Amino acid sequence: MLYTVLCYNDEAAVFAWTKEEDDAVMGRLNVVHEKWEAKGKLKPSIRLLPTSAATTLRKKDNEVLDGPYAETKEQLLGFYVIEVDNLEEGLEFARELTAANPGGAYELRPIMIYNPGAPVEAR
Amino acid sequence: MPDLGWIDAALISARPQAVAALLRYFRDLDLAEEAYQDACLRALKNWPQNGPPRDPAAWLIMVGRNAAIDVTRRRAKQTELPDEDQISDLSDVEADVVQRLDEADYRDDVLRLLFICCHPDLPATQQVALALRIVSGLTVPQIARAFLVGDSAMEQRITRAKAKVTGAGVPFEAPNAVERAERLASVAAMVYLVFNEGYSAADPASDRASLCDEAIRLARLLLRMYSSEPEIIGLLALMLLQHSRIAARFDAAGNGILLEDQDRTKWKRSPIQEGLALIDKAMRLRSPGPYQIQAAIAGLHARADTAAETDWAEIDALYAALERRTPSPVVTLNRAVAVAKLSGPQAALDLIAPLADRLGGYFYFHGARGSFLMQLGRNTEAREAFNQAIALANTPTEAAHIRQHLDTLAKAAKEK
Repeated sequence: MLYTVLCYNDEAAVFAWTKEEDDAVMGRLNVVHEKWEAKGKLKPSIRLLPTSAATTLRKKDNEVLDGPYAETKEQLLGFYVIEVDNLEEGLEFARELTAANPGGAYELRPIMIYNPGAPVEAR
Repeated sequence: MPDLGWIDAALISARPQAVAALLRYFRDLDLAEEAYQDACLRALKNWPQNGPPRDPAAWLIMVGRNAAIDVTRRRAKQTELPDEDQISDLSDVEADVVQRLDEADYRDDVLRLLFICCHPDLPATQQVALALRIVSGLTVPQIARAFLVGDSAMEQRITRAKAKVTGAGVPFEAPNAVERAERLASVAAMVYLVFNEGYSAADPASDRASLCDEAIRLARLLLRMYSSEPEIIGLLALMLLQHSRIAARFDAAGNGILLEDQDRTKWKRSPIQEGLALIDKAMRLRSPGPYQIQAAIAGLHARADTAAETDWAEIDALYAALERRTPSPVVTLNRAVAVAKLSGPQAALDLIAPLADRLGGYFYFHGARGSFLMQLGRNTEAREAFNQAIALANTPTEAAHIRQHLDTLAKAAKEK
């Protein structure tokens, strides 16, 4: 089975960590990452930038909101990783998706760390 | 002993909201702070057993308010102390509070708390000290260390500043749109002052340098509340980009290293990424302003892997845009550096020549003029300019830079 593990925490607290605290946590996490990557079981892992950097495209009327997706009545159903020149191009992608699949929203959040991990086959 | 670090972190991040809301209830800064302290003590007792509340700020506001009301009643009636268990029974309060605490109230509360620190009668350093004390919740000794003064001097400074803002009257009515925009602009300027206090520190591990982190934290708080304000996005981006260079800006002896001489591998990547993402986001809003433009300039430096790859044409254009918006001789002087790279030192000298009257007492003016003259081989004039600069240097680091230039000139003179 392929799983995604979604990471939740209080970003105000996490981004208030000093560099030492942040490094210490990342160091501890990396021990786990390396162990599972060596087993070939850790695929891409991603650390996102805070929600301050997020932009949301509400699919209903193609409305762009500056900020994260805040509604609670929809659930997270999937995600894409894209490489684009800027936010505008990212929104272009999201608008095309919207045309193909209306309803809900897309939140565009820049990636801070991208580690490709062990290779994975399509399924 | 279990790790209770999470409580500290939660208390720190909930503080501005909690104190701000308590200030609205009690309309008294000291009472609001006391109530918050009280709520924190109860959190330290309650949270390890019951786990973190869903909304720590709401919890602290509710508990702080109840505790303070208890104290007031007790003082009035001189009755017996209630059972600690009775006032600490908080299991049901939370859901209720969350519903009643309106998002819009929060925003205006926090803005008010920041805004009262920006009183125009307070000198910049007092605004900063007051904000660090009442918004960030740093202790007086922490702030004193950051400002390199004694505890009692800082205590006095903060007490005086507090008395001044309380005497002036805290604006409790909800601001209208224009007032809100004005408050936001004052608060942004104050947050940038906090940052610049920290930015001048040579030691990245010092208490003073930690003011940069504090300013960034305050800007994040503002941005969470005002997520579509282009200048708030710009301010956070600007500070993140400046701060990313902290490990490269000074040598081991604490002497400043010029941007073009810095080891760029020491620039911290994550704030650069976030800063660039924020600029990208702000650009979409098509409402440029001074913080966004300065952030864009910092962003161009951050994008260049080597000093030689810097996009000076774009930097020149951005400084020109900044000059149009906020005309200032200092901005023109900064632009001259880009002009020198693009069009040569003569063009830069021509640009700054009209500034001589206004910037005659400014260290950087003579320093920049000296280096343009030196590049043109006008060494005698360069030496005069550097001598003027060194007399105006504010720090040993600034003086040391100029002395290096003077040494180079002296060596060149000998070799002739």
